[in-house]
Amino acid sequence: MNPIYLARRRRDLLVRALCWAAAIFGIVWLGLILFSLFWNGLAGLRPSVFVEMTPPPGAAEGGLANAIAGSLIMTGLGVAIGAPLGLFAGTWLAEYGRHDRLATVIRFINDILLSAPSIIIGLFVYGFIVVPMGGFSGLAGALALAVIVIPVVVRTTENMLLLVPNSLREAAAALGMPASLVIRRVAYRAARAGIVTGVLLATARVAGETAPLLFTALSNQFWSLDVTSTMANLPVTINNFVQSPYAFWKQLAWTGALLITLAVLGLNVVARLIGERKGK
Amino acid sequence: MAMIAEAQAVEQAPDRAGALGVFRRSDASFYWLTRLAALTVLALLGGIIVSLVIGAWPALTTFGLDFLTTQRWAPQLDTPVMGALGPIYGTLVTSFVAMLIAVPVGVGIAIFLTELCPIPLRKPFALAIELLAGIPSIIYGMWGFFVLGPFLVETVQPAMIAAFGGLPIVGAIFAGPASQLSLFNAALILAIMILPFITAISRDVFATVPPVLKEAAYGVGCTTWEVVRNVVIPYTRVGVVGGVMLALGRALGETMAVTFIIGNSFKITGSIFSPGTTISAAIASEFAESSGLHQSGLILLGLLLFVLTFAVLAAARLMLRRLELKQGR
Repeated sequence: MNPIYLARRRRDLLVRALCWAAAIFGIVWLGLILFSLFWNGLAGLRPSVFVEMTPPPGAAEGGLANAIAGSLIMTGLGVAIGAPLGLFAGTWLAEYGRHDRLATVIRFINDILLSAPSIIIGLFVYGFIVVPMGGFSGLAGALALAVIVIPVVVRTTENMLLLVPNSLREAAAALGMPASLVIRRVAYRAARAGIVTGVLLATARVAGETAPLLFTALSNQFWSLDVTSTMANLPVTINNFVQSPYAFWKQLAWTGALLITLAVLGLNVVARLIGERKGK
Repeated sequence: MAMIAEAQAVEQAPDRAGALGVFRRSDASFYWLTRLAALTVLALLGGIIVSLVIGAWPALTTFGLDFLTTQRWAPQLDTPVMGALGPIYGTLVTSFVAMLIAVPVGVGIAIFLTELCPIPLRKPFALAIELLAGIPSIIYGMWGFFVLGPFLVETVQPAMIAAFGGLPIVGAIFAGPASQLSLFNAALILAIMILPFITAISRDVFATVPPVLKEAAYGVGCTTWEVVRNVVIPYTRVGVVGGVMLALGRALGETMAVTFIIGNSFKITGSIFSPGTTISAAIASEFAESSGLHQSGLILLGLLLFVLTFAVLAAARLMLRRLELKQGR
């Protein structure tokens, strides 16, 4: 065979082999992480984890009940504050601001906030909420999470509303509907599945956020549903337990990590199912 | 009949005007509601900048530009000395090494997914990658601390020290001893963490190449590698670079994946196997117990990180936008 063909084929084979190797390399690492997470996490998964409070240093009994409750409250509150704001902002970008210079700026800023380091958001909330309020609180943690939720929801809402065909809006407007009703009754309904997907993805994103909670919500060893004081939460509890010298704390950290991962993966899967059913 | 209709019309007339008024008012209030929400996004960015600058001001006036060139970090002294050189060095080194590993592998996986992978496996594989991109970074961090760190110290690090440690110039970079808390371990965890991220973006970007172009190239007898090299990459170059910079922005600001295993040492030794710290790790481990000038110094570190990531992310977004515009045409 022509030597040029042979050389081309060799190079092609080499690159193909490298790409296969890269794929295997990537999937092996990620598989290993999931494996050790399940292996170590399941070992400590008992009913007491959901019932008992986080243990004091050295204790051999306890659970994560207060941390789980705190995480649920803060994530719920964060999404409840952030999602409507993001929804409305996304609506303005997609429906009113399509040809507005301001919308271009806001879109750009939003994209940057979308990937801004979350620890910076923690510092921001510390300066704006924790210091004026005079102390760490669950509310500050929830607000930090809301700041992370907003850009995600803005982005998905805008994208989903832009997918709604303009003929639908024109038909509604031709019947005499005012613009706001066209948006609320027609555009929202057409884009509902996508918007819900966006909110769920945002929830998944903040459910495991740790850095912004380190110095906003702090943590709490006891059961507390009071959002104006420090509040236990899974990520910060894991953070504290990982670096501890106690074997039982480390075990709880693995179990907590497993719970967070399952919650995040579950939310992702549900979000995708909703999104895909709509796509068909 | 006519009279009844007329009477109804008379009755309804004020109603209709009222209804129109309600419409108009609700229309206007909805518009302003959404506009205000959109402006909140701007306000958030403004708030972040203002709060960082206010918080960092005492440190900024005390240390000035020396902050950037001092290596010593001794906030507990009577006259505190704080310099950001260590954290900046650690942030740049870990991100650089992480990108060195993750970019070729991530782009390789994306090529695999778009050109080589058997078609029935493509969707599940891509889904797995996207799900893994969503795993919280603290999970990567604790895995690195408990599993990867001990493994690296026993096997990979001694091998690398033996292989490269004796070389003349690069030897200093790979100087021993092996350490569980090191820049290298942190960089590797970062690489594993941003890998799914780079793959997901590159795959999306590669998917924008019109199939006709690729088919034409295959049609004239190009091999897979030649199609990728001469059609896919040139067509998507801006997008891939944008995606890589987005990943870099994430690596620079990542906190929880590195905090456990970087060692939190402000000293610069030049070896990637020695402990170090990054800006975000320093803030995460010291902020809650800090006060006064110490805290202000940490916020100043945060401000530096923000400026750094802002520049990288802005460049990334501008590049990705250029690709979008190209697609729209």
